[in-house]
Amino acid sequence: MSNTVLIADDEPNIVISLEFLLEQDGYRVLVARDGHEALEAIERELPGLVLLDVMLPGLSGYDVCQRIRQNPAWAKVRVIMLTARGREVEVTKGLALGANAYVTKPFSTRELLDEVRRQLGGAAGSP
Amino acid sequence: MRLKSKYILWLALSTALALALIALACFAFWADLKDHERRALAGMLGSRAALLLMLALLPSLVIGGLLQLVLTAYPQAAVKLAEEVRLIYSVHPAHRVAATGAAEMRQLGAAVNELAQAHGALHQEVQARIEEANAHLAQEKNRLAALMSELVQSVLVCNTEGRILLYNARASRLLEQAGGADVPVGLGRSIFGILDRSPILHALGQLVHRLEQGKPQPVARFVTTRGGRLLRAQMAPVLDQHGGISGFVLLLEDITRTIEDTSRRDQLLQQLTEGSRAALANLRAAAETMQQYPDMDAPRRERFVAVVAEESRKLSRQLEDALAAQADAPRTSWLLEDMSAGDLLFALRRNLPSGPRIVTGGQDEDAPLWLSVNSYPMVQALSHLAGRLAATFGLEEVGLELEAAGRSIRLSLCWRGGALEAGLLHEWEGQSLSIGAVAGAASLKQVLDQHGAEMWFQAGAADGVQRLCLQLPAAQPEQPAAVPRARGGRPVFYDFDLFSQPGQSPELDDRPLTELAYTVFDTETTGLAPSDGDEIISIGAVRIVNGRLLEQEFFDRLVQPRTAVRRESQAVHGITPAMLAGQPFIEQVLPAFERFAEDTVLVAHNAAFDMRLLQLAQERTGVAFVQPVLDTLLLSALVHPGHADAEHRLEQIAARLGVQVIGRHTALGDAMVTGEVFLKLLPLLAEQGIRTLKQAREASQRTRYAKLEY
Repeated sequence: MSNTVLIADDEPNIVISLEFLLEQDGYRVLVARDGHEALEAIERELPGLVLLDVMLPGLSGYDVCQRIRQNPAWAKVRVIMLTARGREVEVTKGLALGANAYVTKPFSTRELLDEVRRQLGGAAGSP
Repeated sequence: MRLKSKYILWLALSTALALALIALACFAFWADLKDHERRALAGMLGSRAALLLMLALLPSLVIGGLLQLVLTAYPQAAVKLAEEVRLIYSVHPAHRVAATGAAEMRQLGAAVNELAQAHGALHQEVQARIEEANAHLAQEKNRLAALMSELVQSVLVCNTEGRILLYNARASRLLEQAGGADVPVGLGRSIFGILDRSPILHALGQLVHRLEQGKPQPVARFVTTRGGRLLRAQMAPVLDQHGGISGFVLLLEDITRTIEDTSRRDQLLQQLTEGSRAALANLRAAAETMQQYPDMDAPRRERFVAVVAEESRKLSRQLEDALAAQADAPRTSWLLEDMSAGDLLFALRRNLPSGPRIVTGGQDEDAPLWLSVNSYPMVQALSHLAGRLAATFGLEEVGLELEAAGRSIRLSLCWRGGALEAGLLHEWEGQSLSIGAVAGAASLKQVLDQHGAEMWFQAGAADGVQRLCLQLPAAQPEQPAAVPRARGGRPVFYDFDLFSQPGQSPELDDRPLTELAYTVFDTETTGLAPSDGDEIISIGAVRIVNGRLLEQEFFDRLVQPRTAVRRESQAVHGITPAMLAGQPFIEQVLPAFERFAEDTVLVAHNAAFDMRLLQLAQERTGVAFVQPVLDTLLLSALVHPGHADAEHRLEQIAARLGVQVIGRHTALGDAMVTGEVFLKLLPLLAEQGIRTLKQAREASQRTRYAKLEY
């Protein structure tokens, strides 16, 4: 469970890379294309970490993050927000809504993977 | 006359006195005589009665002569002196009294003349001082007016009630452009009819607050709109002697364009940054993945390569789209000013007194080209190039060609001779333009970049003329301000006497006529019988504020009628149906006229006729003119009641009052003449004790013309 990572992003071209890299690192990877799908996946699978894009169709990344933090059962789920918006206020908003980390696109994949590992307490899945 | 009767009275009295004395003496003498003596004397006198009578009259003759002498020497001389003194101080200061009468009177006359001399000198000096002061004041005012009219900023000065005391042509144009059919800018008008009241009051409150806090030079800013234009206003106080606010200065700027430009730029920036982030993230992740796992299987690698290809294409397209809209937007346009090609050439020649002669092919005299340039550096840059070319190829003259090229202007320096090497041109580009001996001056390249300009050498082909081409930004020449000039001077855009004038209130009746604001108007019509359906086809009006006719604040509109223009009327005003076709109908024109005439007293010649037309139009337009009306026909009849009807026509009154008649039988021309006539009538009315609006209206009602009906 804790080595399950949910990627919530509507851009297949980023999902393909993230999915591959995380799988290579030994995580179980789930993919959601919009906010509702993301919430369903969390409900169903309770992943250890969510890579959450802010600009999701339907429910936005902020909304999803807020829902996660409102549910005590999901308190342990780590959230890393991904966004194409780099303004200070947006970072603050994301963190205020309960995200554990905030990563601005474009990012270094290595740093993102390091962040994922750190959030999950170094408990990367064994390959 | 009085002197003569006095003379006769004195003569009679003194003669009677003399005769009475003689009679008394004779009576005493007679009483003393004895009887025979009386008889003897009666006998002696009886035969000489005529002689005795003559002797009796002699004293009166002597007295008469003496009296005449005295009278001439004293009272008569005094009366004459008094008249002449009156002449001196009333109409003819240079007149001197004649020395007549007795020596004492002559002395008095001489003294009076000395006094007159001294008085005259003093009078002249005072007059000279007054004229000097007036001239000085007029000069200052003209200087201010000149300054204001040349200012490129829009300036309005208002008193604390919001009445406009001064505005410049720029402000009038800015607000007119933005305003459409709204209230026009005008002296004495309320700014609140032109701009939104609340931000102005808010800013004024801020100014008062800051002044109370003792802040030096307080300024308040606000943004307001007028007719879809966004205006930025800066407000500064006008202080009186005691440091209180007596008015404010408004500087206005139309920032609609600036805001549009800025937001377009912001949009572009956002498009370029945020829009690219996602695509870049996809690209980078894919690239890094492939780098990290070089041994991944072929189908998977194919997918990553596809991602890289697709995302880079997407990114390129995005960049293209974003920049396409912005490509031609001028850079740092605030540095650039409009300059005609002729002015550029002139400046260039002046800048090269000893350099090569600049010759033109004499092209485009009829269609002048306008450039948008920062003129000083551009002239320096062109001079630099011409100088380099002349020095390199030994030229005495360099040709200059200008042609429009799309949204740019191509300027070519031409010469016959050697070709320019690319390396040399690059070298020139980097050289600083040190013509003005300013160290660290910009380089040619910097100047070109600032203009978004490009430069290249074009080798001569068939004609053998070598060209150095510069593509410079073109400008749309600005329309010159269509402000009519007042006769004999600059237009009047200020009236500081309004500072202390209270606003126009409904209680106008007791205000002096000279203080009121008037709209003097005239109409031209389809015919002379409004009740039979004749309509207005033209309205002209001017305003009178503070006793001055404001010629540049006029209203002049043609109106399309719904009935035909009668031929006899057309002969008078010369307005043909063709001129009226396509003009707005009365429903559109009257509301605009109502706003123009807002807060003023209406004045017209034979106003009953014009008011009847307005009244008939009210059904269709819903516009009612309820303000007081004065009629120059009635006022003229008040001033010159003895004149016949024909002499109260506008031309006759104008001629009588010395008003020059121009543009007769156009609504605007007649309104102007009526206005001037009205101003000349005011002092004449005052002489008859008619000073307030109420008095003028009531007196008008009493004239026989007031009964005319249309």
